[in-house]
Amino acid sequence: MRLLGWVFPLFLMAQALRLATTTSVYDSGLLDRLLPPFQKATGVRVEVLAVGTGQALRLAERGDVDAVLVHAPELEGEALRRGYLAEGFCLAANTFLLVGPPADPARVRETKGVLEAFRRIALAKALFVSRGDRSGTHLKELSLWKQAGVEPAPPWYLESGAGMGQTLVLASEKGAYTLSDLATYLAVGRKGGLEALYQREDPLLLNQYSYYPVSRSPKLEEARRLLGFLASEEAAARVASLRVEGVSLFRPLRGRCILPVGGGR
Amino acid sequence: MEAAELWEITLRSLWVAGAATLLAALPAVPLGLWLALKGGGGLWGRVLLYAGMALPSVVVGLFLYLLLSRSGPLGFWGLLYTPYAMVLAEAILAFPLIAAFVLSGARARVEEVRLLVRSLGGREAQVLPTLFGESRRTLAAALAAGFGGAISEVGAATLVGGDIRHHTRVLTTAIVVETRKGELEAALALGMVLLGVALVVTALLVLLERE
Repeated sequence: MRLLGWVFPLFLMAQALRLATTTSVYDSGLLDRLLPPFQKATGVRVEVLAVGTGQALRLAERGDVDAVLVHAPELEGEALRRGYLAEGFCLAANTFLLVGPPADPARVRETKGVLEAFRRIALAKALFVSRGDRSGTHLKELSLWKQAGVEPAPPWYLESGAGMGQTLVLASEKGAYTLSDLATYLAVGRKGGLEALYQREDPLLLNQYSYYPVSRSPKLEEARRLLGFLASEEAAARVASLRVEGVSLFRPLRGRCILPVGGGR
Repeated sequence: MEAAELWEITLRSLWVAGAATLLAALPAVPLGLWLALKGGGGLWGRVLLYAGMALPSVVVGLFLYLLLSRSGPLGFWGLLYTPYAMVLAEAILAFPLIAAFVLSGARARVEEVRLLVRSLGGREAQVLPTLFGESRRTLAAALAAGFGGAISEVGAATLVGGDIRHHTRVLTTAIVVETRKGELEAALALGMVLLGVALVVTALLVLLERE
């Protein structure tokens, strides 16, 4: 019967809560740990769309989803100012990594700061794959180039226009550098032979995931209940316990944002 | 991926593509026959129809997304990110395929059938139904083409379906997810299932056509 309901949704006319999130969150399996206990406790079904942060916010603006879980604080701030996102919650954090071929042609390993690493890649004209899709990772990468004072350009700068996993595959095939989130790198990049060349605790590389209900959604109440659940200690424990080969993928923030939302430029 | 989920995704692929094919065939088959009867629908009619076979699925997906979005003109239907939206998108893509196949198949036989009907004392209005009955073989090929196009489509399915697990995930979009996650073996296995499904359905259509 359950299978029937899944295949023919006529059997399940009750509309679910729609959450748009990033491919990095989706592919890491974080939501598979958080959503089932929420659904069990409240009976609210959640449908997840895995898109980039830019697209997730666009879907929220058009009212096509009821909540978002995203990682681009500046865009989030803009969305809050324009009023289509309601007050949210800083859920989890990890760091971005600069990954690349083990041979490290631009000698990124020896650098002291990530901006210098970016400058070296540009100077060596070593291949670099950009997401190019206005995802949170892409926006972070663009801001790093800007702070490094480099205008990246072809032929050494490639844009994949794809999700993180595919971008990592592309980077490993081409022997290129790329900026990745920790979870996808552990799941995909390492298999492809890429190495994390720069992964120090660097404030420039902080990656913060926040949850927001969409303010004019007809499911605002359910979206707020999910926020309540994400703010619970149970959810924080579940975030903390997600590991790949002994490495924690996310650090729970319990609402204490480490990056200012919507500013700090 | 577990067997239950694989079944679920495969069945959903089948019914979405099947429903899309039927929905498209309802207007496409009569249109194809009628155009054949009218001497092929004229140069521009044929150009339009054959160009429709090259309709990019992402453009169809984007267009339907804008229509069905909650801020779009048909947003109140609540169809976006449901399998029904996928049926709609794939039906639009299958429509020119089916109509063009029927047209080119029936056109070759239209004079023969017209003569037959007249020699038996029938009227012009009876030519179309007779042509339909005589075009079974063409019909099977047209439906197979429409179904093949619909079940292997991914661009529009992602845009209007959203690839939601247990709701709108089909074989093609599942392949994209597994590839993105680096699970290439799983993606390949899903590809094999997709090929198998297409093969079985086409075989069924061809068997039916042989009386």
